Amino acid sequence: MNSKIRKILPQIITLLAVVLIFGFFTFNAQINMDNRGIEFGYGFLSQESSFDVQFSLIEYDGSHSYARAYLVGLLNTLLVAFIGIIISTIIGIIVGIARLSPNYLIERSAAFYVEFFRNIPLLLQIFFWYFAALRALPLPQDADPIFGVFFLTIKGLFVPRFIWENLDIFFYSIIAATVSITVIRNYAKRLQQNEGKQLPVFSISAGLLIILPLLAFLIGGVSLNFEIPVLEQMSTTSFKYNGGLGIPPELIALTLALALYTATFIAECVRAGIQGISKGQKEAAASIGLTPNQILKLVIMPQALRIIIPPTTNQYLNLTKNSSLAAAIAYPDLVLVFAGTALMQTGRAIEIVSITMFTYLSISLAISALMNWYNKSIAIKEK
Amino acid sequence: MSDKIIEMKNVNKWFGDFQVLKDVNLDVNQKQKIVVCGPSGSGKSTLIRCINRLEEHQKGSIIVDGNELTEDTKNIEKIRAEVGMVFQQFNLFPHLSILDNCTLAPIWVKKMPKKQAEELAMNELKKVQIVDQAKKFPGQLSGGQQQRSAIARALCMEPKIMLFDEPTSALDPEMIKEVLDAMVSLAKGGMTMIVVTHEMGFAKEVADEVIFMDEGMIVEKQPTKQFFANPKNDRTKLFLSQIL
Amino acid sequence: MSKINFLKPDKQNLSTYLYTGSFLFFIAVFDVFLSSFFKINITSFLPNFVSFLLPLILGIIGLHLVRIEFSGIKNLDLLNKNINTSTFNAVLTLLIIFIIIKSIPPIMSWFILDANIAGDTKEACTGSGACWTYIKIWLRRFVYGMYPNDLQWRINISFILLIALAFVGYFPSEKLRKFLTLYYVVIYPIIAFVLIYYLISGGAFGLEWVETGAWGGLSLTFIVSFFCLIFCFPVGMFLALGRRSELPTLRYISVGFIEFWRGVPLITVLFMSSVMFPMFLPEDFFMDKLVRVIIAISLFEAAYVAEVIRGGLQALPRGQYDAAKSLGMGYWKMHIFVILPQALKLVIPGIANTFLALVKDTPLIFVVGLLEIVGMLNLAKTNPKWLGFAMEGYVFAAIIFWIICYAMSRYSYNLEIKYKTER
Repeated sequence: MNSKIRKILPQIITLLAVVLIFGFFTFNAQINMDNRGIEFGYGFLSQESSFDVQFSLIEYDGSHSYARAYLVGLLNTLLVAFIGIIISTIIGIIVGIARLSPNYLIERSAAFYVEFFRNIPLLLQIFFWYFAALRALPLPQDADPIFGVFFLTIKGLFVPRFIWENLDIFFYSIIAATVSITVIRNYAKRLQQNEGKQLPVFSISAGLLIILPLLAFLIGGVSLNFEIPVLEQMSTTSFKYNGGLGIPPELIALTLALALYTATFIAECVRAGIQGISKGQKEAAASIGLTPNQILKLVIMPQALRIIIPPTTNQYLNLTKNSSLAAAIAYPDLVLVFAGTALMQTGRAIEIVSITMFTYLSISLAISALMNWYNKSIAIKEK
Repeated sequence: MSDKIIEMKNVNKWFGDFQVLKDVNLDVNQKQKIVVCGPSGSGKSTLIRCINRLEEHQKGSIIVDGNELTEDTKNIEKIRAEVGMVFQQFNLFPHLSILDNCTLAPIWVKKMPKKQAEELAMNELKKVQIVDQAKKFPGQLSGGQQQRSAIARALCMEPKIMLFDEPTSALDPEMIKEVLDAMVSLAKGGMTMIVVTHEMGFAKEVADEVIFMDEGMIVEKQPTKQFFANPKNDRTKLFLSQIL
Repeated sequence: MSKINFLKPDKQNLSTYLYTGSFLFFIAVFDVFLSSFFKINITSFLPNFVSFLLPLILGIIGLHLVRIEFSGIKNLDLLNKNINTSTFNAVLTLLIIFIIIKSIPPIMSWFILDANIAGDTKEACTGSGACWTYIKIWLRRFVYGMYPNDLQWRINISFILLIALAFVGYFPSEKLRKFLTLYYVVIYPIIAFVLIYYLISGGAFGLEWVETGAWGGLSLTFIVSFFCLIFCFPVGMFLALGRRSELPTLRYISVGFIEFWRGVPLITVLFMSSVMFPMFLPEDFFMDKLVRVIIAISLFEAAYVAEVIRGGLQALPRGQYDAAKSLGMGYWKMHIFVILPQALKLVIPGIANTFLALVKDTPLIFVVGLLEIVGMLNLAKTNPKWLGFAMEGYVFAAIIFWIICYAMSRYSYNLEIKYKTER
C-alpha cells in the first residue's frame, strides 16, 4: 500500500505541475491576445502574403499565400541541407580516412583541419564567408570566367543553365539502365549461387549507366544545350548577368560554412568507425585468402558502416537544424521567410513559431525514427 | 615422401630496434605436427605469422609450398588460401552468421557456387560439432564454440597447412578441452600443423616435434618424447618446470 | 657494386640513390621556396606549364630514389615509414610541403609584415595587410559591449572574483572537503548571481544601474555561457533521472521534453523566447531579455546534458544499483551517494563537450538583439568610419573563440583518456 502511494504520488504531482504550467500559459495567452484583438487560428495561412522572396525554387511572389511562403522557406532550407549534406559527407570521408593515414603530414593536416573548423562558432564562419571572403570577389563586370562559362562574382556564382530537348527520353534511358542493372545483379547472384561464376557487376552497371544515356543522346533525339550567362550593362555602373543560373552568395556562404563545419564531425565519425574494427578482423580475412579489396568490401566496410552511420545521421540532423542560421545572412530559409518576415507582417507569434518548431521537430523525429529502425535491423546479434 | 612444405632459412625480423626473430631456421615436412612453446614475447607468434605473411620478415628466406615469400609476391592471397590460421581472439566476422563466415572465402576466393560452399561448410562444421549452431551469429556463441567455428572456417579453404596462434589462451578452462579435441581429431586426419600453445598435454598427444623459443631464437628442437624426457637446454628445463 | 637501377632503388648502391634523391628533393623544395618568398622563378626559361610542375616531378623522383626499405639508416627509415610509403603518399607529402611553403608569405604579410596597428583612425592603415588599428580602437566594445567605459572595472572585478572563488575547491582542509559538492552546486552559483546582479547590473549600494541591453561583447559571452552551464546542469540531471524512472508519467514527460528541445534549432528557441514567450506571461509581468535568453538556452542545453548524463547512468554496471539496494538505500539515497557520483565522473568529458557547443552557440543571441562579440563585430563593421574591416574582425573573434574552444576540447579529451586508463 505504502509503496503504491510512493509510486503514484510523484506522478500525480508532476502531471499536475505540467498541467498547471500549461494552463497558466494558455490563460495568459488568451488574455494577451484578447487585449491586442488577435484571434488565435491558422486561417491567415491562406491570406495573400504581399512580400517578395529573393530566391525561390518554386514560383512565388507577393500575391501568393502565406502557406506558399512557408513552402518556399521550407524548400530553401531543404536545399541547403541537401547540398550541405552531400559536400560535408565527401569532405568528411576524405578527412576521416586521411586522419588514419600512415603519412604523418597527411594525418596532421587532416587533424589541423578538424581542430580548426570545429572550434570556431558556426555563425562566425558563416559571417566570415559571407561578409569577408565572398565580398572580396570581383564585381560582375570585372569577373574572369572560369573555364569560360562560370562567373564567380560578388553577386554570386553564375553557371550555365541546362536546356534539354526530349528530356523524357533521357529519363527513360536512365530508368532502363536502372532496371537492367537490377536484372543483371539478380542474374549475377544466381549465377554465383549455382555455378560459382562471378560477373564484374560493378563495371557492367557503370557501363550501362553511361552507354544507355549516351545512346539516348545519339539516336534518341535528346539534346542538351547550355545557356551561358552573359554580362549585360544596365546603366553606366550597374551590370548583371542574363541567362544562366545564378546561385546567390548567401547560399554559397551558408552551404560552404555548414559543409566545412559539419565535415569535421563526420570525419571523426568515419575515423571512429574504421578504428573500431580490430586489427584481428583484417588479419583473419587476409588469412583465409581474401584480397585487400575483398577485405574492405566484405569485412571492414559492413562493420564500419554500422558504427559510422548512426552518429553521421545525427550530424546530418544537426546540419539541417544549423541551416536555420541562414537568417543571419538573409538567405530566405524557413526561419527567415516564415518566422521572420511573415511573423513581422502578421504578428501571429504563437502560430508561426509553433509551426516552425513543429516543422523542424517533425524532420528530426522522422529521421530518428528511421534511424532507430535501421539500427535495429542491422544490429550485430549478440546474446 | 616427407617433402618439405615450409622452409625457413636465417629469418630475421625487427620491430623498430627490437629484434623479434634471430636467425630462425625451421623446416616442416608434410603431415608433420609441430608445437611451438616458450615464454611470452619470445617471438613464437611472430614466427608463425611470418609463414602466411601477416608479418613481413626482413632478412632470410621463407618458402611455403614451393613459393618464396618476398615483397614481390603478387599472389600472396593464393598462398594464404593454402595456409589456414586460427587466432587467439577467434576473429570471427561478427556481422556474418557462422555459416556465412565459413562460406565467405570459398565463394570469393575459390569462386565456388554458394550451394556447394554451404555443403562444404556444413561438412566442416560437422567435424567440429557445431552444425546446429550454423545459422547463429558469433556473438551468440560461447568462446569454445566460436573457436571451433574459426577452425571450421579455416578448414573450408581446404588448406595444406594449419597454423594455430595460442588457440586456447583466451578461453575459459572448461572450454579448452572441446577446442583441443577438435584439434586432435584434425591432427589424426593427417593435417600439417604448427601450433603455438602452452597445452603440454596436447603436445604430448599429437606433436611430432616440439620447439622451444626464447628471445627470438629457437633454443631447442626435439622429437616430442625426448623434449619432455630429456631437455638439453637449461632454459627449456626451467620453462618446463614452471609450466608442468 | 651491382648495377644501378633507378627504377628500383635497393640497398646495394645506397649512397648513390640517397645523394641523388635528396639532391632532387632539395632542389624541388628550394625552387618552391624561392618563388614563394622572393618571387624568383629559377626555371623561368622553361614553358610555364613545365616550370609549374617541375618541383613536383623532381620531388617525386627524389622521394622515389630514397624509398629504400630497411636501409639501416635510422632517420631515413623513419622518414620513409612516415611520409614516403608509396608514390601516392609521396605526391601528397610534396603537395602539403609546397602548400605550407606557398602559404607562409601571404599569411605572414597579412598578419604582420604589411599590417598596421599604429594610429587611431582608418587612415592610419596604409599597408596592404590587416588593419589591427581597427581592433585596437574597438577592443573595449568587443570585450565590454556598450557598457560604459568608466564602469568596466566592475565587470573585471566580478570576473576575477568568480575565477578566484572557482579555485577555492582546490584548497580546503579534509574537514571541509565533503561540503565541496554543496559549495559548487548551491553556494557558488548563488554568490555568482549576487555578484553579477549587484556588481555588473548595479542599482544598489551606490552603484550606477546599467541595463542589460548595454551589456555585450566577450564578457556577455562569458556571462551567458556561465549561467546557462549552472542552470542546465541540474535540470539535465533531473531529466536524465526522469527518463530512467520506473514511473511512466515521469518518464514520458522527460522523454517528451528532451526530444522536443533536441529536435528544434536553437534559433527557433530564441525566437520563441523573444516573441512567443511574452505572450504566455501575465501582461504586466516584465522579464528581462537577457534572463529570457538564459532560461531558453539553459532549457535547450539541459536536454543535451540529460542525454549525456543518461549515457553515464547506463554505463554503470547493474551491480552498483543492486549493491546500493541491498544496503537498504532508498531511491534518493542510492542516487545521491552511490550512483550519481560515479555516473557524473564518467560524463565530465561529455558535459565539457556540451558546454563547448554552448559557448559556440552564444553568438546566436543576436536574434533577440543582444550583441556579444560576434554581434559587436557586425555592428562595428557597419560603422561608416570603419567600413571594410570585416576580415580583421572575424579573424580576431575566430582566434579568441578558437583558443577557448580548443583548450576546452583538449581538457575534455585528456579527461577521457585519463578515465579510460583509470578503469
